Amino acid sequence: MAAFHLQIVTPDRLVYDGEAEKIIVRTVGGDVCILARHIDYAAPLGTGEARVTDAEGNTRMAACSGGLISVSGGEARVMATTFEWAEEIDLERAEHARDAAEKKLSQNNCEGYECALAEAKLKRALVRIQVKK
Amino acid sequence: MAGASMKDIKLRIKSVESTMQITKAMQLVATSKLRRAKERMENSKPYAHISQAAIRSAVNRCTEGNIPFVSVRPVKKRCYVVIAGDRGLAGGYNANVFKAVAAHCENTDYCVLPMGRKAIEKIHRSNVESLTDEYAKVEGMTVGGCYKLARLLIDSYLQEQFDELWLVYTGFQSMMSQEVAVEQLLPVPKPTEEEASAPVSTVYELNVEELLEKVMPDFLAGRIYSALCDSFASEVASRRSAMDSATKNAGEMISDLRLKYNRARQGAITQEITEIVAGAEE
Repeated sequence: MAAFHLQIVTPDRLVYDGEAEKIIVRTVGGDVCILARHIDYAAPLGTGEARVTDAEGNTRMAACSGGLISVSGGEARVMATTFEWAEEIDLERAEHARDAAEKKLSQNNCEGYECALAEAKLKRALVRIQVKK
Repeated sequence: MAGASMKDIKLRIKSVESTMQITKAMQLVATSKLRRAKERMENSKPYAHISQAAIRSAVNRCTEGNIPFVSVRPVKKRCYVVIAGDRGLAGGYNANVFKAVAAHCENTDYCVLPMGRKAIEKIHRSNVESLTDEYAKVEGMTVGGCYKLARLLIDSYLQEQFDELWLVYTGFQSMMSQEVAVEQLLPVPKPTEEEASAPVSTVYELNVEELLEKVMPDFLAGRIYSALCDSFASEVASRRSAMDSATKNAGEMISDLRLKYNRARQGAITQEITEIVAGAEE
């Protein structure tokens, strides 16, 4: 299969920089799969699972949230807020975060922004747990 | 009389020696911190670069109309995110940052979001309005912290508490040179003519405005984080070279004082001998 250049970055590191055959990420509008020779494209990322197939055909899973995916001139760039490969995820921490967020939400007294924050945390934790399993 | 001056010189040597010990220790600490700071800086660069490019190409697509983050408002007030250090003794590091702010703001009304204890102190001393004093520690600042900060900035910008957002930080050029940079964050600067004339065929999920609104806080956080890492590496490098020259100066001073001390000692001995000889001749 044809390959394209893929870069995945988060604010604190360059996660992936190399050739890839395919990447599937969750955007705000749903899952999107990018293959080689994709048209120039940009979409904000949601919170969800990502799958990257490298040039050798190995597929890796990751938990990805927030940011943007863009394709320009045949190169794809994922600028994510968080991006963790399955093997990097700390299951215990994710479960802990999930419980804390659930507790916060069940208290029912959190306001707009805080509530949204707890929801986002819960979502991230759930995705991490799912990817890890 | 010669004895007293010998004692004075001896005390002075001691005090310079203990100062030298401190500067030497600080230099060693800075050297060991520098490696990690540089690594963090290198790691934060790709995101900042790539996201800036993405923002610019999205802004390029923004046609007329009132788009937050892109449309220029009449400037009544500016906000500066000023990144300085947590501690002093870093050569001109902190002073240069404040000088750049003072030179840049000219006569416009402005407020500041200070980062680093030194910045907070300075802002209070000069009676400038500060958005928040929460960010007193640059060294331990995390990406998460930057997201919170970006949220605050975006909210205040949208509520029109200020009309332009600028970032003042110190760019790490090399171990020996660090330069203060002033950069406009909001509204996103207009693309250059070359960029504007590039063909745009990108397909956007959502429209460009919504996309910008969604990703702007993230990108702002990423940019500030990268500037923060850059500044911290500069601070440490600047402290290292300042301490290096302080240690060298102390060394020179000590050898100078030793020379004076020996001279004074010799003078005293000579005088004593002269006195004895003079007594014996009588």
